[in-house]
Amino acid sequence: MNFPILTSLIALPIAGAVLLLFIRDEERNEPLIRNIALIVSVLVFAETLLLWTRFNPASADFQFVERHAWIPAFGIDYFVGVDGISLLLLVLTGFLTPIALLSSWESVHKRLKMFCVFILLLESAMMGVFVSLDLFLFYVFWDAMLVPMYFLIGIWGYDRRIYAAVKFILYTMAGSVLMLLAILGLAYLHSQGTTGEYTFDLLKLYAMDVPRSQQFWFFLAFALAFAIKVPLFPFHTWLPDAHVEAPTAGSVILAGVLLKMGTYGLVRFAFPLFPEAASFFAPYLAGLAVIGIIYGALVAMVQPDMKKLVAYSSVSHLGFVVLGIAAMNTQGVQGAVYQMLNHGVSTGGLFLIVGMLSDRRHTRLISEYGGLKNVVPRLVAVFFLITLSSIGLPGLNGFVGEFLILLGAFRWDPRLAALAATGVILSATYMLWMFQRVNYGPVTDEKNAKLPDLQPREWLVIAPIVAIAILMGIFPNLFLKPIEPSVNRLIGQVSQRSSQRLQAGNSELRIPN
Amino acid sequence: MLLLIPLLPFLGFLINASFGRRVTKAVSGAVACGAMIASFVVSCAALVRLVSLEPESRAIVNQVYTWLTSGDLTVGLTLRLDPLSAVMILVVTGIGSLIHIYSTAYMHEERDSEYARYFSYLNLFATFMLVLVLGANFLVMFVGWEGVGLCSYLLIGFWFQKKSASDAGKKAFIVNRIGDYGFILGVLLVFTRFGTLDFQEVARAVSGLSPETTFGTVSLITLLLFIGATGKSAQIPLFVWLPDAMEGPTPVSALIHAATMVTAGVYMIGRNAVLFSHAPETLTIVAVIGTATALMAGTIGLVQNDIKRVLAYSTVSQLGYMFLAMGVGAYAAGIFHLYTHAFFKALLFLGSGAVIHALAGEQDLRRMGGLKKELPITYWTFLIGALAIAGVPGLAGFFSKDEILARTFESGHTILWAVGLLTALLTATYMFRLVFLAFHGDRTPEAVSPEHPKEQEPAAQHPTPTRPAGHQPPSTGHQAPHGHLHDAPPAMTFVLIVLAIGSVVAGWVGLGGRFEHFLEPSFAPESVHAVADSSAEIPLMIVSIVVAFAGIGLATYYFLKSRRAADAMAARFAGLYRLLLNKYYVDEIYDAAIVQPIRITSEDGLWKVVDVRVIDGAVNGAGEIIGGSSELLRRLQTGSVRAYAASLFVGVVLILGYYLWL
Repeated sequence: MNFPILTSLIALPIAGAVLLLFIRDEERNEPLIRNIALIVSVLVFAETLLLWTRFNPASADFQFVERHAWIPAFGIDYFVGVDGISLLLLVLTGFLTPIALLSSWESVHKRLKMFCVFILLLESAMMGVFVSLDLFLFYVFWDAMLVPMYFLIGIWGYDRRIYAAVKFILYTMAGSVLMLLAILGLAYLHSQGTTGEYTFDLLKLYAMDVPRSQQFWFFLAFALAFAIKVPLFPFHTWLPDAHVEAPTAGSVILAGVLLKMGTYGLVRFAFPLFPEAASFFAPYLAGLAVIGIIYGALVAMVQPDMKKLVAYSSVSHLGFVVLGIAAMNTQGVQGAVYQMLNHGVSTGGLFLIVGMLSDRRHTRLISEYGGLKNVVPRLVAVFFLITLSSIGLPGLNGFVGEFLILLGAFRWDPRLAALAATGVILSATYMLWMFQRVNYGPVTDEKNAKLPDLQPREWLVIAPIVAIAILMGIFPNLFLKPIEPSVNRLIGQVSQRSSQRLQAGNSELRIPN
Repeated sequence: MLLLIPLLPFLGFLINASFGRRVTKAVSGAVACGAMIASFVVSCAALVRLVSLEPESRAIVNQVYTWLTSGDLTVGLTLRLDPLSAVMILVVTGIGSLIHIYSTAYMHEERDSEYARYFSYLNLFATFMLVLVLGANFLVMFVGWEGVGLCSYLLIGFWFQKKSASDAGKKAFIVNRIGDYGFILGVLLVFTRFGTLDFQEVARAVSGLSPETTFGTVSLITLLLFIGATGKSAQIPLFVWLPDAMEGPTPVSALIHAATMVTAGVYMIGRNAVLFSHAPETLTIVAVIGTATALMAGTIGLVQNDIKRVLAYSTVSQLGYMFLAMGVGAYAAGIFHLYTHAFFKALLFLGSGAVIHALAGEQDLRRMGGLKKELPITYWTFLIGALAIAGVPGLAGFFSKDEILARTFESGHTILWAVGLLTALLTATYMFRLVFLAFHGDRTPEAVSPEHPKEQEPAAQHPTPTRPAGHQPPSTGHQAPHGHLHDAPPAMTFVLIVLAIGSVVAGWVGLGGRFEHFLEPSFAPESVHAVADSSAEIPLMIVSIVVAFAGIGLATYYFLKSRRAADAMAARFAGLYRLLLNKYYVDEIYDAAIVQPIRITSEDGLWKVVDVRVIDGAVNGAGEIIGGSSELLRRLQTGSVRAYAASLFVGVVLILGYYLWL
């Protein structure tokens, strides 16, 4: 490996942000600012695609690894790498960032430079989270991510933006503080081992045998941080507020990428680091996930606000992801990773559509709309396709993830799968009901009668989403193939160690098969 | 070659969806019809090739590509043509082509872009339906299964400005999803149990087992799959969407909600005949549900006043027959009825479309009458359809329905046979009630006030002057009060005539058990039922014939000779009449027992209490407690976000430092 491609994924957005800071006279240079930000993010996306083509899909190992000592005294390294699980999440991040920027082309004018700076910094931090193989490094990126998001909601959001931003940061901080303690504790525990050295190296910590009694606490600390981020029921109430108040670009990134940090954390850290505790808690996690699937869907159904509806639907969809992870078998976890991508695409798409509508009408209330199909048929057609993708119609992306997760869950515990599958009925109910109220019927409100249809810029924003949704539905193997070896390695890690210990004696732990 | 069959209509869909706005009706109609007819031609060619093969190895497989792989699961987009799917593709592309042609005239009042939209949906439907029947494994079938549901949603709600139409579309989709819930669980269980989703492999695996004597895994699998079938094929308890689906344009009702899509559940059972044969308990459930549905829908059909709704309930009832056949293991008979039904029910729907078209959107039977003279072609073709469905000897429906009843009797389900027979009586009665009310007697356009203006079809708006509401016109005897009525345009009458011929001759292919013999390999490996005991066949046939004529006779007495007697009956059994007229209040019961409770729980329970008060209350409460106790620290709260961020960072560093130096 010559060119440090992963580092460049982190560094390029920062470089772009710094470049933007040098631009004076924001108002006159608006186009310049926008173009620089967009070009940088497109370059990053191109890099992620390059990464994908260079990635060896047959290998389960971390690839493109870079390691530099950072704080040697504590065994903290700048240690990054990518495997099948993180690869496509990087691509997703690279894919959604330019779309998010482009979506705010006309709606954001206030302090535009800082807006673009924050988006780029956010992208850098997100990339960092997905590539970090050092827990300390991971934590730095994890927290660094909060700051730009906080400002994106707090400055460019809607009316109750301050409340939402503070709620967002308090909730997340509450979880991450515990996780920080656990990370430090883990490094400390390692120093008590044979080598006697501190380390935050994930691979070394994977190999460490954490005593059972301590695993539970560690797992809980990690899992709580991730559960809040997902968000898993009942830690989800920050999400609707954050989404409703966030600007469209913020919502797209929040739903598209940030929520995946939680599920990614479970797969990358909580399960393989503490396999026995994970096996013990898996049924509880799955239980909360299933509650979330049904609860999120039911609450979504009665929302008067489109953005809130989509936010609650996220609770439901992410419940599927957690369920798949908890099942810890190939189909379950592979489906979960796939569903992370799906959710980024379809929920990102829904937020974009809602953003386009509220750009036109300055309201997100469903009751303010009606009959839009008469006025903006193209926008409605796109809206419909994304709706179908969100409700898991076979042939589009959502179905593949849901089916694999259900299959994985069914093989683990059919009752959970049977409960979770009701989400399939409910999602059709809330989405189609919303779709009907917004788009069908006659135009009842005069303000809706003269809305413009999709603009060229909006086509540019939404067409890639639609294309990806179709591609992922028809050729899922393109995406499933690179995921599989790493998923199997993970399952091996988790089941091998927890069953070894089981054979050694005494436990009521259940082994996911 | 097989891929071409669904691909051609898909191309038609793509063309009309992309360029439909910019071309004339002639072009978009020609594209859609051309695509369907081409698909029909390819289907015929495929059939010829299939028949040329040895009967034991009659199958053509086309592996297109590997769709998805995960661990031990591999699902290919694989199409498979065998005798069973061959029958289906011929029905879908054949009847489909005719209905496309009919639609070119029926939908002609629509704007160009709407016209293209209609045809793009119709082509897309055909694509998915063909994928459904050609799919070689459960998942590919499911793609088609959900896809036709989608198109049904779009076409029922085609006139999306009408709330009743978009409501009906949504209801259809959601009720179907409830069925799909069962279907998908069944599929999961199939894979867990057999490790494959391929129909052939599952059949091979299961044929090694002996039929389950108790309710085991195979019974559960088949029961779950059957739940899917009750959704798609409108059986108890999920039939409620089909009558509402009549909000869609009439050709759609003919194609999707009579001839093809709603039979998908029956087809699915036929496709998995080996599996179902190993689950006798499920088969009994299938037979009982089918019979109950047939009877229930037949009784409702007896009193409905909307011409399309009568036909809708009739469809539900006939589908019940097909399930009865499947349930008693007479798979070939069920598929045979599916096939003949496609002809005469499409004919009846399209005939009713011609009536609605001529009457400028009128659908209420009470305001019709006397159309026999004015719409002769419609009348005669419709009459043939009615005779066919009533089971008059020589016509298509007679052969297939008689076959089902005979098989039921032979299988020892005497009660089911008796109920089936009763339903046959009802069928003949409600069908001829419809014929007499619509075509015979005198026209009574003002018989009842238009209570359901929403039921009129916008597409059928005809140049005849509209009826002045609430105004009693002078009685002019036979003469139409608003201008001269006439038969439909040639494209429509042509289709009616073709289907009428089909309704007569389609049953003849079954003579001498040829149809059954042709299908046999699809239901193998082992022959499911012993050869019929033919000694009872003749008497049973006579009973069927007598019943058919009795039904027609009843209708003749009550609705042709003495309407007053019918009214008197309705008055005498007012309670029963109201119960039937309101379709046993099933919709109302579902709404009160399921829909409203869920909505209220979600809104007033989960959202406003659990989410807002309990969880958020706890979170905010915790925040306030901390806030209260830190009143002293309040001066530190500058309100500046940057200060917060900075302190956050400092805090992290401090905690970190503390631990590392510990």
